[in-house]
Amino acid sequence: MTPSFDRLTHLRRLEAESIHIMREVVAQFRNPVMLYSIGKDSSVMLHLALKAFHPAKPPFPLLHVDTTWKFREMIGFRDMIAKELGLELIVQINQEGLRQGINPFSAGSAVHTDVMKTQALRQALDKYRFDAAFGGARRDEEKSRAKERIFSFRTSTHRWDPKNQRPELWNLYNGRIGKDESIRVFPLSNWTELDIWQYVHLENIPVVPLYFAKPRPVVERDGTLIMVDDDRMPLKPGETPEMRWVRFRTLGCYPLTGGVESRAETLPEIIREMLLATTSERQGRVIDHDQAASMEIKKQEGYF
Amino acid sequence: MAPRYGILSDINPATGDSDALAEVEAYLRRQEEMDLLRFITCGSVDDGKSTLIGRLLYDAKLLFEDQLASLEKDSGKYGTTGAGQLDLALLVDGLAAEREQGITIDVAYRFFATDRRKFIVADTPGHEQYTRNMATGASTADAAVLLVDARKGVLTQTRRHSYIVSLMGIRTLVLAVNKMDLVGWDRATFERIADEYRAFAEHLGLVSVTCIPVSALTGDNVTRRSENMPWYAGPTLLGHLESVPVDPGAADAPFRMAVQWVNRPNQDFRGFCGTVSAGSARPGDRVAILPGGHLATLARIVGFDGDLPVATAGQAVTLTLAEEVDVSRGDVIAAADARPEVADQFAAHIVWMAEQPLLPGRSYLMRLGTATVPARVTELKHRVNINTLEHAAAKHLDLNDVGACNLSIDRPLAFEPYAASRALGGFILIDRQTNATVGCGMIDFALRRAANIHRQAMKVDKPARAAALGQSPCVLWFTGLSGSGKSTVADLVEQELHRLGRHTMSLDGDNVRHGLNRDLGFTDEDRVENIRRVAEVSKLMTEAGLIVLVSFISPFRSEREMARELFADGEFLEIFVDTPLEICERRDAKGLYRKARAGLIPNFTGIGSPYEPPESPELRLDGARDDPEALAAQVIDIMRRRGLL
Repeated sequence: MTPSFDRLTHLRRLEAESIHIMREVVAQFRNPVMLYSIGKDSSVMLHLALKAFHPAKPPFPLLHVDTTWKFREMIGFRDMIAKELGLELIVQINQEGLRQGINPFSAGSAVHTDVMKTQALRQALDKYRFDAAFGGARRDEEKSRAKERIFSFRTSTHRWDPKNQRPELWNLYNGRIGKDESIRVFPLSNWTELDIWQYVHLENIPVVPLYFAKPRPVVERDGTLIMVDDDRMPLKPGETPEMRWVRFRTLGCYPLTGGVESRAETLPEIIREMLLATTSERQGRVIDHDQAASMEIKKQEGYF
Repeated sequence: MAPRYGILSDINPATGDSDALAEVEAYLRRQEEMDLLRFITCGSVDDGKSTLIGRLLYDAKLLFEDQLASLEKDSGKYGTTGAGQLDLALLVDGLAAEREQGITIDVAYRFFATDRRKFIVADTPGHEQYTRNMATGASTADAAVLLVDARKGVLTQTRRHSYIVSLMGIRTLVLAVNKMDLVGWDRATFERIADEYRAFAEHLGLVSVTCIPVSALTGDNVTRRSENMPWYAGPTLLGHLESVPVDPGAADAPFRMAVQWVNRPNQDFRGFCGTVSAGSARPGDRVAILPGGHLATLARIVGFDGDLPVATAGQAVTLTLAEEVDVSRGDVIAAADARPEVADQFAAHIVWMAEQPLLPGRSYLMRLGTATVPARVTELKHRVNINTLEHAAAKHLDLNDVGACNLSIDRPLAFEPYAASRALGGFILIDRQTNATVGCGMIDFALRRAANIHRQAMKVDKPARAAALGQSPCVLWFTGLSGSGKSTVADLVEQELHRLGRHTMSLDGDNVRHGLNRDLGFTDEDRVENIRRVAEVSKLMTEAGLIVLVSFISPFRSEREMARELFADGEFLEIFVDTPLEICERRDAKGLYRKARAGLIPNFTGIGSPYEPPESPELRLDGARDDPEALAAQVIDIMRRRGLL
């Protein structure tokens, strides 16, 4: 369809805001990077970056923090996208954590996330001396995110101080930082989950096939459907993976991401299912629930 | 099963497969046509603000089962509405600290949609100490919902919130008279409050005010028409928000775009990226590049999916020009026949947002549009008492103060009065040391004074005068605590320069304070002005070709930085006479430390007022190790090494 130019629709208003934010970062920072987590939000963020800097390529690399427990389809999709677009992709794995054998089963989700995600992210930011990092978080996802700035200041030790955030007025983003300090930037702050899917639909943006339903090997644990993506997953006595029609509303480490039973094989079907859904998207994430106000604490420690 | 994204009458869970897809497609097409309203809610916890937002989300069926379950759990744990009742306020009070304290301390953004519109709500705190947070939330809002408690009516804080709303340029205002259930749904109570408020709002220039009697607790007139108040014929709160206009006018105004970034992927392409803040432009349109004033013709509007026929307000675009003109970040591309003003001095209102007070004369960084320039408040005209709206004289602005002032910036910029344009009339101020955003401002109008005082171009200039004297003019800026030895060392240096046949002048803190700066005291404001005058006098003396020795405590980095910026590169030497406080205090040549310790001298540097040591001075003199003669020799030495002697 032809977009109306008389009055910007809500998606075009959100799109323009995100592009404005991305251009501010490139204009104000020396060495930005885009955190690319392979999910639908990252796909939308990357698409917006292509638009923002066209006909140039986005003038920053993509960074994927690989916990080594991502779905295999995610990794395949990641490599394909980077190759197709000709973008530099940095894959960061916490080698120390790997040597210690940290995994979601024996270490638990909290330790696994801290070591393989938060620590790994901090390692990468320190190693490449990135001074700004884009993340795809949205304010509608979680309570503590609802209060975070679009330019979110981090100390030289990557900490977020929710009580001492810079006022952010109009579309004037203050990106001035001292030595070793950095900014996390959230260009999708004002998007909702529905906006994301509508935009994916409107702009024909490729997403990982895991969002679409198909028969997949799963086991049911504590009411959550966990996909057995490879043979590293220890099965408990009596557990046998069975093929069920499932899809994922949100993507993370496969042992920590619950699937939903679904027959939605196309984008409109996914959107329909979401419109009728009765639970919010992060419910499938084990990590949000492992301690009280857990996201706020993780963020203060440097998690995205 | 309840739908979660507004009242989705056309999505039916029971619809069969093929029709279901048609339903979704129809739904998406309609969604893509919807617009977006951003509004702010103001009022305190006691007024039921969080409850009201919770009610909007709850009644619009925007909550998921897991969110409801979490709400039920939290209501028992933190709730204030009593056993068995959902505390809807908990849906909006986000941070753990806030839940513990039962107050809202920051801006939280909420999202919901109805069949008619998408909404972003900025939920802002109501207490006076959070004025800055409210200003922040208001800066991006199209409309404001102001809450009052029906039992209390229009209070001081209602007036304060209204003032900030008007200051931040929100023209659509809703007064929600809440807790009508607690006044027996009484019509007279509502009308008395509404009348009183309208009279007050008119005074502030808030003309579009709608008053609605509601109960957030019960939901009456929030999303559904109240049966308890049949006497009220107006819209419900949600109904009203669905129909108010979104930022009208910007599309009809003359074209404006601040350049954010220049896109140069190769030699053949130069694209100017930015967000159109007003009007529209098409290829072939004549534009002016400001502040320079060069004219050009718009060539292309480059889009990801091909060129666009027109660039319109709100869009983030990339423009190319037919002519080779110099355009960079901070410039404004504007309609050639209706340009914004260009000025370097403004009258503006400022909301101060930092613990450190705003000091007139101090240099801050101003962000206006996409430009960043050093700026100073040249005159603080008055502080506005935001509770009574009375004006009071002020020497500085404290956290959450609002002040009217004149500002001066280092180079002219294109701007528009805030009332005409948020994008080119709203600015932030950034502290040059901490990089924090310390204030925001709204430009009222340009001051013409500078425009009428043209700098005289003299035939005999600084190089001519310096050549006549046969020397390189410069400033030796000695900074350090009282008693550190600044004046002693400077005196020795001057004697040596004199012996070498150099023309010098000394400016000493104590001496200047007896004359030029006799009117200044020792408050932070006066210290800033003290240094500004001395820096300007030093500049005049270097223009005369002299070597100037300045011995001033000059305790603040910002002012030393300001002084440095007046001079050419290499002309300003910051010399830090680094003598520890204990030693200075032991010397106490003038007996000042003793008096300060006795409480007789307030604001004495090192005792009652801070000294901010230089981070990278040209020269650091170790006053604890070396005697004055050795220190003076080090100064002469650095002058030689830098080619100044």
